[in-house]
Amino acid sequence: MSSEENVILNIDDACISYGGDLAVRNVSLQIFEKKITAIIGPSGCGKSTLLRSLNRMNDFIHGCEQSGRISFRDEDLYGDKMDPVEVRLRIGMVFQRPNPFPKSIYRNVAWGPDINGLEGDLDDRVEKALRQSALWDEVKDRLHESALNLSGGQQQRLCIARALAMEPEIILMDEPCSALDPVSTARIEDLLFELKENYTIVIVTHNMQQAARVSQHTAFLENGVLVEYGDTEEVFTNPKNKRTEEYVTGRFG
Amino acid sequence: MAAQSNLAWRHKKAAFFKNFCIGVTGFAVLILCLLIYQVSVLGLPWLDAQFLSSFPSRFPEKAGIKSALMGTLWLVSMTAAIAIPIGVLAAVYLEEYAKPTRLTEFININIANLAGVPSIVYGILGLAIFVRFFQLERSVLSGAMTMSLLILPVIIIASKESIRAVPGSLRQAAFAVGATRWQVIRAHVLPSALPGILTGVILAISRAIGETAPLIMIGALTYVAFVPEGPMDEFTALPIQIFNWTSRPQQEFHELASAGIVVLLLVLLMMNAVAVYIRYRGTRIK
Repeated sequence: MSSEENVILNIDDACISYGGDLAVRNVSLQIFEKKITAIIGPSGCGKSTLLRSLNRMNDFIHGCEQSGRISFRDEDLYGDKMDPVEVRLRIGMVFQRPNPFPKSIYRNVAWGPDINGLEGDLDDRVEKALRQSALWDEVKDRLHESALNLSGGQQQRLCIARALAMEPEIILMDEPCSALDPVSTARIEDLLFELKENYTIVIVTHNMQQAARVSQHTAFLENGVLVEYGDTEEVFTNPKNKRTEEYVTGRFG
Repeated sequence: MAAQSNLAWRHKKAAFFKNFCIGVTGFAVLILCLLIYQVSVLGLPWLDAQFLSSFPSRFPEKAGIKSALMGTLWLVSMTAAIAIPIGVLAAVYLEEYAKPTRLTEFININIANLAGVPSIVYGILGLAIFVRFFQLERSVLSGAMTMSLLILPVIIIASKESIRAVPGSLRQAAFAVGATRWQVIRAHVLPSALPGILTGVILAISRAIGETAPLIMIGALTYVAFVPEGPMDEFTALPIQIFNWTSRPQQEFHELASAGIVVLLLVLLMMNAVAVYIRYRGTRIK
């Protein structure tokens, strides 16, 4: 990996367990600023667990324990001085299934900036986020209608807009297209291309073509172990590990 | 062929079950209609302004329900003011804050058990604690606090159920934009749970309106010729007045009791209407 890349998240020897069962084993990897990092691997390999540890969403899961060190811009993400609420407003998240609030489209995007008292005009912020997520033209005339009336693909773009409105330093995406049809998936991938200029994105995906298309770095996890991590092109065309090769060529998983 | 005749038989079974359900529902509605009809025929002729604005009397034509109606309104408003905040907040704590320890489990099981305790037991408790120990006497306040104890389990259980039914994905979405737990509860969990909470509250309040035993136990009066003017005044309530009239030998008083029942049903209906309206306003998209 080239040297001009800045490390924004440094995961060092992370182990995560649920009630004693290890889901992530001794994973160490770096997430680089303004790049898209894909985490791939078969179902149940711990990739979502790893992703959720990056903005402390695992805090809500009873019996989830974590060891190792995760640094966010050289600060300990799990340190005493780090407020988990602040972590989540600086590191946003988009979930597997679209989960808009049962409120208006406008309130969905505006709520986060509103409760956190972010500066600037709320209307402008909402419009900017909706434009970035390529939803503005479809919803600009019905901002005050319920978000639940949108299609699945639109709802997921709304959830991306909701994350973008916070102007987070990192956006975590947990299989954001798995519940969507191919057309909606393509729209979201286009969106990722545009966002990588300004945002750091970590995306968990089942879809290897998607990982190959959108990411610069790819991590391959199996049974909670990091098997291989490197430039996406390397991982897909010239993997060092045999298991990686078998997985990316579709022989298992 | 065998499959087809089998299908016909299955259709018959389906039709039978449907008709059975219609029959059972119809039976329940019929009984209810009979009850309302009976009460209305006897009571409606007595139901006039004089009846609503007079105090009880030993002459049926002069007797009225003013003190009982006002007593019930006092009792129910105070019970609601005490029990709803405590019940809903307890449910919020148990569902959103409490860690799933054995103690939490123990508390949950006991709240469920309390919902099944006979109301007379709450009456004895109210008599011992509020009337005697705290020396609140036979006041509206004693009655309201006893009724609150009685309906708290119902409110807590209904609120807990509807808070639990709020999808976890909604909470996660809110946490992921940097909300504190209180902000998540205030802006998302409570509004989503509100219809279910209100349904529980309606059930609980309806129960409080109809209960007689605990009020008799704590010593609510059966003959009251004044209207309570404060929480420390003595009082009577609609079910007590109705009970009092039905236990008299004269036919006129039985008809007065029917008129009282009609008033009780109307009060219940109005309270439910208010709750339905709040629920309707609460579920609109903001």
